Amino acid sequence: MDTFVQQLINGLNIGAIYALIALGYTMVYGILRLINFAHGDVYMVGAFAGYFLALSLGLAAAPSFLSLGIVLVGSMLIAAVVGVIIERFAYRPVRKYSRMTTLIMAIGVSLLIENLFVAQIGAAPRAFPDFLGSQSQLPYRLFGNAAISKAQIVIFLVSVALMVLLQWIVYKTKVGTAMRAVSFNLNSAKLMGINTDAIISLTFGIGSALAAAGGVLTAQYNPNIDPLMGILTGLKAFVAAVLGGIGNIPGAVLGGLLIGAAETFVVGYGHHIGIASTYRDAVAFAILILVLLIRPSGLLGSTVQEKV
Amino acid sequence: MKRTLLALLLITTLFVSFACERRGGVTNGGGSGPILVGYYGDLSGRTSSFGQSTKNGVEMAADEINKAGGIDGRQIQIITEDDQGEPNKAATVVTKLINQDRVAALLGEVASSNSLAAAPKAQEAKVPMISPSSTNPAVTQVGDYIFRVCFIDPFQGEVMAKFSANNLKAKRAAILYDFNSDYSRGLYQFFKRSFESQGGQIVSEQSYTQGDRDFSGQLTAIRAANPDVIYVPGYYGEIGVISNQTKQLGIKAPLLGGDGWDAPQLWDLGGASLNGNYISNHYSVDDPSPAIQKFVADYKARYNILPDALAALGYDSMKVLADAIKRAGTTENVKLRDAIAQTKNFPGVTGQITIDKDRNAVKPAVVLKLQNSKFVYETTISPEGSSEPVATNN
Repeated sequence: MDTFVQQLINGLNIGAIYALIALGYTMVYGILRLINFAHGDVYMVGAFAGYFLALSLGLAAAPSFLSLGIVLVGSMLIAAVVGVIIERFAYRPVRKYSRMTTLIMAIGVSLLIENLFVAQIGAAPRAFPDFLGSQSQLPYRLFGNAAISKAQIVIFLVSVALMVLLQWIVYKTKVGTAMRAVSFNLNSAKLMGINTDAIISLTFGIGSALAAAGGVLTAQYNPNIDPLMGILTGLKAFVAAVLGGIGNIPGAVLGGLLIGAAETFVVGYGHHIGIASTYRDAVAFAILILVLLIRPSGLLGSTVQEKV
Repeated sequence: MKRTLLALLLITTLFVSFACERRGGVTNGGGSGPILVGYYGDLSGRTSSFGQSTKNGVEMAADEINKAGGIDGRQIQIITEDDQGEPNKAATVVTKLINQDRVAALLGEVASSNSLAAAPKAQEAKVPMISPSSTNPAVTQVGDYIFRVCFIDPFQGEVMAKFSANNLKAKRAAILYDFNSDYSRGLYQFFKRSFESQGGQIVSEQSYTQGDRDFSGQLTAIRAANPDVIYVPGYYGEIGVISNQTKQLGIKAPLLGGDGWDAPQLWDLGGASLNGNYISNHYSVDDPSPAIQKFVADYKARYNILPDALAALGYDSMKVLADAIKRAGTTENVKLRDAIAQTKNFPGVTGQITIDKDRNAVKPAVVLKLQNSKFVYETTISPEGSSEPVATNN
């Protein structure tokens, strides 16, 4: 029982990160019908922004919640700017062409970011500063052997707070209303006097900031960051968005948590039914195929869903 | 116009290839030109610490030889290629070193998977290759031109199994290995065989792949099996994280590893969580023997960092090659191959090096304990039936 609970905690912990990234996929898709394949790399950029910020501000030597907070917010801002720049200079110029052009542009941007980073700083993994003292602190015991570490608690709390904040922005603020209007119909929104370009930029900015938060948070649990870290994680977050129903915000969160839990249970229990832990990544993509075959609109998606 | 351009291009290509041929020709024909030695390794990929340390060791050895007048008056020139830690790139750069640069011999790689990809190219071209530190047995089985100056995994796995059973009194071991790495899979099998033959029990076997970022699923399953020790024969990039997450799950059993842990970056990634773990390795910087202390001091003066085992093995591989060229009196491939094969009791930094009939070096291993960002010497374990003394001063 304690092992099961532990695996659930582990799974939801990774799932929360997937969810944060999946939100960016789903918001951009909701507005532009674009799968932003560079999104996983924005997650990586966020992690590195946090890393360099911590080093340049000397925060690595002063581990505390405050340092983590500064790095978290700083990297979210940097990633938001990166996201807005990508949209402005790569996607907006080709937006008037077919959707395929934008999709190929997204793949190009993704490869460009990855290879720029590899060329500039090398592919060797770097160690993200340990702000929470995870390396020397024992976890909090729940019952039996089940335990939860400080990093895991922080990941849960911050992710939930960010998701609630996003929900508030989308449903309770004026820009949120504008975002929903743009996702409903871009041209009508423009006719109503909404500055659609600004709203699209904002959507990229918010999505990128959430991905960066995922990058910094996950680095508290797993300090190993490298320029290619966004590829697989980004793809799984994309699967999570599709699983939940792409374009649907609660769906992205649900999808993220489910994918995280599914892959952890494959690792933890797969060997009982003859699935080696190496099949973990295959499972995420098998889920993608199953969803597309059985319920293409995803768990919470529907064809007339209002999308943001 | 287009045709003229094409013709020009063709002519240039021809010139360039002639130039390369000529350069190569001089080297292989002997004489007084420099002896070209190709070094290939991971200088920018996920295991770049390995490639960099080895390169440092190789270059330091070559400089020492050159300063002392070279080999029979000929200087050694190292040509370095980066394979980014990828097997297919290792094969490509080795082909380039052989065909374009016409090197007399090759030094590399560290990771067994990369050596295994490159070795067939060297064997095909009949260019002697010495791997400084690939420990998977299959590497030298590629052919009679492939050698190594380190011990092999059956021994390294056995060392840790013996150490856990005898020194740590472990009865139950769990294993977490890298599924895609020849090195890690080899160590996993040899550890398991040896630990079971010591009367121990393997209670959980889990795997991951290089680049994985979350190991909590595997570690939770391992925790449930309640092992005394956890054998994790991987590379440093993942080890730091695994150690960190082991701590966060409240697991107290020590992690045991091999020479793949040995990199300065390990401490950045794992920090204090690494304390109390053990690895098997090729040598210890704490070894009081004067030869080792001189090497450590020279290396530190030159690179401003302590030499890890890969630097020491890189250094030894260059010295063994130079010794063989000197004995052969030529860089001609058949004679050079035979001279390397006859290496006997060569006094290396990592121990007395004797190349056995399988072209492997036979020598003892050390066990090091991880404590406060340092590898602290624990004990030395010699190969079965070896006449070498169990001591720290070899």
